[in-house]
Amino acid sequence: MKRFFSGWSLIKLYTLVVYVWMFTPIVAVVLLAFNPQQFGSFPMEGFSFKWFVKLSHNSTILDAFKNSLVLGSLTAVFSTAIGVPAAMAFIRYDFRGKDFLNTLLIAPIMIPEVVLGVALLLFIRWLQQPKSFALLLIGHVVLTLPYVLLIVQARLVGIKKEYEEAALSLGANPFQTFMDITLPLLAPAILAGMLFAFTISFDDVTATLFWASAQNQTVPVKIFGMLRNSISPEINALGAVMIVLTVSTPLLAGYLTRRFAKRK
Amino acid sequence: MKDKTWKPWILLSPSLTAVFLLLVIPVCFVIVYSFWLRGPSGQDIPAFQFGNYAKFFEDSFYPSILLSTLRVAFETVILCLVMGYVPAYFFYKTESKLKPFLMILVMLPFWISFIIRTLSWINILGDSGLINHLLIKFGIINSPLAMLYNEGAVIMGLLQYLLPFMILNIYVSLDGIDKSLTEAAKSLGCTEWQAFREVTLPLSLPGVSAGCLLVFVLTCGTYLPPMILGGPGNEMIANLIFKRVIGTLDWPFGSAISTILLLLLMVIVYTYNRYMGINQIFKTLSSES
Repeated sequence: MKRFFSGWSLIKLYTLVVYVWMFTPIVAVVLLAFNPQQFGSFPMEGFSFKWFVKLSHNSTILDAFKNSLVLGSLTAVFSTAIGVPAAMAFIRYDFRGKDFLNTLLIAPIMIPEVVLGVALLLFIRWLQQPKSFALLLIGHVVLTLPYVLLIVQARLVGIKKEYEEAALSLGANPFQTFMDITLPLLAPAILAGMLFAFTISFDDVTATLFWASAQNQTVPVKIFGMLRNSISPEINALGAVMIVLTVSTPLLAGYLTRRFAKRK
Repeated sequence: MKDKTWKPWILLSPSLTAVFLLLVIPVCFVIVYSFWLRGPSGQDIPAFQFGNYAKFFEDSFYPSILLSTLRVAFETVILCLVMGYVPAYFFYKTESKLKPFLMILVMLPFWISFIIRTLSWINILGDSGLINHLLIKFGIINSPLAMLYNEGAVIMGLLQYLLPFMILNIYVSLDGIDKSLTEAAKSLGCTEWQAFREVTLPLSLPGVSAGCLLVFVLTCGTYLPPMILGGPGNEMIANLIFKRVIGTLDWPFGSAISTILLLLLMVIVYTYNRYMGINQIFKTLSSES
């Protein structure tokens, strides 16, 4: 028993070390964002908001933020709009080639983004279309669709088919059944899928580097460009803002869903 | 019960159209283009020849990048496994009230921008980064150690990106194990360690292999960590593709390299699917929500 205890302590210590390893760099970004010096590095001398102020006056970054927000929101909407019906088809119906098609729709997860980037760009080039916001949007929808599908399918499996059948037998048409029965039960998964799609789109660099034109830069692509010089406190400040935004969104969403669930 | 109705096809048609039009057809284009020629002034000439592939394998430079990509992927898988198994096992065993909080912390990196997680290592490993700062402050070294812009730094960035995938894959697999099995083993006289080795470890292998495959495949296609944390000698295959396509606009050669990467990953995923079944991976990915 004593030996097991020491083994368990070692496991706890090991886990703690992994956590420290995982979060030290992230904490360093946030800390260094407040470093008043010109070079964003240790040692920290003082504490200042000046890089955040500078950031808030940087119009190219603000534009990129706007692009990223619009792109992420539209990606989330389109991706769930086509992903939810597909998930319904896979879970509620049985048809020929179902497994193959399901794998095909989820395959983009396993295909490197560089290859996706080259492929879509090549196709657009062959069609003699310029790079545009629409290209970015359709690209991001393809990138995020597999995640929406996986999340919505996982939830749909847990919703009993009998509820829908009951509504149908009481005279509701399929559309009413979906709106009144399935959709409310599925709402948390749809929200989660949208959030996931938004974050993936908001976060994507590699494929976006292929698809973005000079007018359609997103925040990560902008950061990538800024890194060519060297890491400045401004990048750390931008990083800190992004961390706070992207971490608080899902936490807030989780909190809100729980609150609404309680109220009902 | 196979319904012979058109309903599922209506529901599927938007997704299928999108994926066919924006993924299947474009990837076919990449394969077709890989046989084309590049004209003297940069125009694409339709052809069917293997010159681009020959170019890749004749010069030792390109295969060496392919090999080093595979090596880095292998090293990353091993390190992810070493760093990931114990925390996953901790989650499985712990009865601490902090468990939900600790699990959220593992998921948290998924929500933090990949580029920021990657560049964060500059603050740690750089000449005036945290490690050098501490080492100099405590008088252990006089001049900063060069820890950035080498393969080690690239692997640090990759681990930061991929470790949560590995931990969750293993945890999902462990979580599916009936705890009474280890109790039974112990009541039959096994020690804690023997019970782990004989019961828990073998039953967690599907998760381990799923995690390894995911980490390997994602590393093979990675672009950012070598770009940001690697030196000139640490290019990986994705960087090569990017350079050929965006840098020198050599579409046919870039397509050939993309095809080689794609083929390689398909062989790996196919082999895995044959023996393990790909569903394991999708199971974990969908539980991430």
